[in-house]
Amino acid sequence: MKNLRLLIIGIAFGFILTKGEVISWYRIFEMFRFESFHMYGIIGSAVFVSLIFNQWIKRSKMKDIDGNTIDIPTFYSGYKRYLLGGIVFGFGWALTGACPGPLYTLVGNGATVMIVAVLSALFGAFTYGIIYKKLPH
Amino acid sequence: MIHDILYGPWPWYYVGPAIGLVYFALYFVGKRFGVSGTLKTTCTILGAGKVSDYFKYDWKNDIWNLVFVLGLVIGGYLGGVVFPNEVPVELSASTITVLESYGLTSFNETMIPSEIFSWEALFSLNGVIFIIIGGFMVGFGARYADGCTSGHAITGLANLEPSSLIAVIGFFIGGLTVTHLLLPYLFTL
Repeated sequence: MKNLRLLIIGIAFGFILTKGEVISWYRIFEMFRFESFHMYGIIGSAVFVSLIFNQWIKRSKMKDIDGNTIDIPTFYSGYKRYLLGGIVFGFGWALTGACPGPLYTLVGNGATVMIVAVLSALFGAFTYGIIYKKLPH
Repeated sequence: MIHDILYGPWPWYYVGPAIGLVYFALYFVGKRFGVSGTLKTTCTILGAGKVSDYFKYDWKNDIWNLVFVLGLVIGGYLGGVVFPNEVPVELSASTITVLESYGLTSFNETMIPSEIFSWEALFSLNGVIFIIIGGFMVGFGARYADGCTSGHAITGLANLEPSSLIAVIGFFIGGLTVTHLLLPYLFTL
């Protein structure tokens, strides 16, 4: 049952990403060329609505569906890994025109060649896991 | 009304708040919004813990993440195949001019350029660069930065995390470099 509700949220997210054209290489290309407001509107309003939910959860000490208090800790510190990893991620985002969510969604859309991109991403994550101790963090 | 929602495409002011609802729904079922963790989980399940302690952890707690992305694939099938968008992506005129100069002309038919993202093109130079190397960098970068667009640009920024802002700045440094310096070169080879 717990997995069923996650499956439903995932289905909704995949549907949203498709209807919003977030999975479109062209939209990402256009975004990095600053020639359309579309993607900025999506990311900006998504952050704004999430920020309100974030504050509501914290201030009301909201409990989740299983009765546990929802905990939103601050995870991160430092900056090198975020900047350097972010830059590498940005290279890949502009090339594939897709971040991980859209990569999976595109496979469902019928762009089956994106299975190769997902496998490459898996290999990228694997490579990070092999060499991470040598990288600045 | 229902027809428009099913077939789309949706304007940005539907899409962003809907993503905000996904963010909230995941907290409400006791999870945290993020997609690229699935890459680590999958490597771990496939036995990567044998070669690096990065992959040595109890992945059973992260199975939900794989169920979530299985949903992404199904949602993509529903939104792209069962109820496909009826209107092609409405790109700006200046973007279209550049695409045509690059020889990419399928934007009225598909959401991604079939000149690059197809099985036929996979083993061309651009196919290797855009699909295989691009995919590799998405996976490597997302794990190095400890998050992708969902984990940093949405979840992290909504929690006012400075490191997520740094990651998003990194996303744009990388993306702008490729789009403005590398792509013009690749498409004129």
